Amino acid sequence: MLTDSKSQRVENVLGLLLFLGMLMTLYNVFIYAPTEKSMGDVQRIFYFHVPSAFVAFLGFLVCAGYSVAFLIKRNHRYDRVAYVSAEIGVLFSTIVLITGMIWARPIWQTWWTWDPRLTTMFILWFLYIAYLMLRNFTGEDERGARFAAVFAIIASADVPIVYMSIRWWGDRMMHPKPVLMGDEDSGLAPEMLYTFLFALAVFLILYFYLMMLRLRQERTAEILNSMKKNLALNEE
Amino acid sequence: MIDVRNLTKSFGNLYALRGLNLTVSRGTCLTVFGPNGAGKSTFIRILATLSKPTQGEIRIEGKDIFTNAEQYRNRLGVIAHATYLYDELTARENLVFYSKLYGIPDRDATVNRLLDEVGLGKRGNDRVRTFSRGMQQRLSIARAMLHNPDILLLDEPYTGLDQHASELLTGWIMKLRSDKRTIILITHDLAQGLEVADEVAIFLRGRVAHSAAASNFSNKEFQQLYFETVAGGREN
Amino acid sequence: MTLVYKDLLSEFRSRETISSMLVFSMLVVAIFNFAFDPGSAYAQQAAPGILWVAFTFSGIIGLNRSFVHEVDKGCLHGLLLAPFEHGAIFFGKMLGNLIFISIVELLTLPLFAVFFNLQTLQGLPQLLVVILLTTLGFSAVGTLFSAISVNTKTREMMLPILFLPVVIPILLAAVNATAMIFDGKGWNDISDWLRLLAAFDLIFISLAYLTFGFVVEE
Repeated sequence: MLTDSKSQRVENVLGLLLFLGMLMTLYNVFIYAPTEKSMGDVQRIFYFHVPSAFVAFLGFLVCAGYSVAFLIKRNHRYDRVAYVSAEIGVLFSTIVLITGMIWARPIWQTWWTWDPRLTTMFILWFLYIAYLMLRNFTGEDERGARFAAVFAIIASADVPIVYMSIRWWGDRMMHPKPVLMGDEDSGLAPEMLYTFLFALAVFLILYFYLMMLRLRQERTAEILNSMKKNLALNEE
Repeated sequence: MIDVRNLTKSFGNLYALRGLNLTVSRGTCLTVFGPNGAGKSTFIRILATLSKPTQGEIRIEGKDIFTNAEQYRNRLGVIAHATYLYDELTARENLVFYSKLYGIPDRDATVNRLLDEVGLGKRGNDRVRTFSRGMQQRLSIARAMLHNPDILLLDEPYTGLDQHASELLTGWIMKLRSDKRTIILITHDLAQGLEVADEVAIFLRGRVAHSAAASNFSNKEFQQLYFETVAGGREN
Repeated sequence: MTLVYKDLLSEFRSRETISSMLVFSMLVVAIFNFAFDPGSAYAQQAAPGILWVAFTFSGIIGLNRSFVHEVDKGCLHGLLLAPFEHGAIFFGKMLGNLIFISIVELLTLPLFAVFFNLQTLQGLPQLLVVILLTTLGFSAVGTLFSAISVNTKTREMMLPILFLPVVIPILLAAVNATAMIFDGKGWNDISDWLRLLAAFDLIFISLAYLTFGFVVEE
């Protein structure tokens, strides 16, 4: 039960892919990709910044989806996935915020601006920090899981609302539009696009690898906990 | 009348109930005993529709309690260790409030009659905060009887009562039993629980470890049986 | 359902919730007055924000108390055992919170107007609508989260952490609409914000109503 050999094999393959992919990404980002005209070398942080944002959003989306599934099915596995995914989401949104600041300082002459995208990301970060705190302050029982799931649902509904209300707040847009779905002129040079897509793929593998790792950890912790509880019952 | 089948409540590897089976026929009083963590309170919470089972079902006269929860709650009275009374309201206000929730037709008459029956007719306009624990528990009995329920759940009602108050409570339970109401009582107190019971059940680790007619035992015999059952469960 | 609201009215007897909310709310207004140079243009500019900081934080105090009374003697179980759907309890508690917070807001307003030298009378109807819509949203989110936080290990600590990030969009709309009202703008100018507030209210009320059952289950 502790070592499910099939998922262990998947995990190993992902780990190997990840190692090679990361080396390749570093090569792509720092050697292969051309230097951007106006921004210079700083722009290379883009290949970490944007994929991290993708992973953060994926993490929160998975968390919300599995929270709904948990409330309907009451299967504690769904709750575990939601929890672990939110954790990874917080990690990567922190990376997004930090890399964003490092990038903004030389380009916008400021660490921070209350642009809709930045603000939304910041509030999103707060929301899921609150989610993790809530999980810490409730018991590891079904009720705690239900509380967390309800909060995750409200929080994920809040994200588009936050974005919308900040857009209305006033035109402070500094952040560029999304590169992929954006206008014609925001397109990337082919080498850059390739580097970006490759990095994105590696970050997604990283997400799934971290998910598997943390899920296995949580499973082990649960088994350990139930063993402890049984022992305690015997001694009573 | 009450049919409990394969009732299970679990979260991950932690089980509160493990496939509990139980039948209570109309007009009998079943007392449930068991050590801490045996699943007694989880059982009564599910029976009160406050919590949902992971698996299994409870049927009353063939009908699942959760599919017709609102009708079922109309027949259900609960007296617990907690009184469900508002400290800042008077005894009468509390009863009026609850009788509004239950949509009781001749409210004032019912409230007055019940206040008299539990011996609080003269204290009706005093705030509950000023009442002793025993008086609060008597008011709690009146609260539970407002809608004249035919199924009664008593969850550790003896906790915190002095000798006199618990004798009164025993008298009440006897009276309710003679009215042909179905009663499920949970208690730690072996002697008191046995005194009012038609049938007894001992819960252990989320299952019924022993069940029998109460008349089979003297106090002493039952005490011996209880400790043997609990000790036996510990070994395996 | 309106009976739960009656129960909240009866809690007026202790008056502990309303009075502590009110004192807190007035203190916030006063303290901000010391923080900024009174009467300066800067303080005038910050006025809408200060008003809403006072309302938000005193609101949190009230929301925190909302379920403490229900959990203390197990009264919430008493309500849940009654023969109606659990969503009705949500609306009852939400309505009670709406009334509590609104009273405190209305009582704070005159003090605020005096401190900040505002000629609020002309924009008063607009301001009241903004306050009502915002407080409705606060109560919907707050009632749900209050039921959660009262069952956590830290009780009162958890509510602001859950509540504040979620209500930021409501707060933003309220502050902006209030600023426009203080600038003497009329219904037409603030109608966009009002509609946004109403939409947020609708979303939050329906989501909170739908999920409330999962929160009060044991």
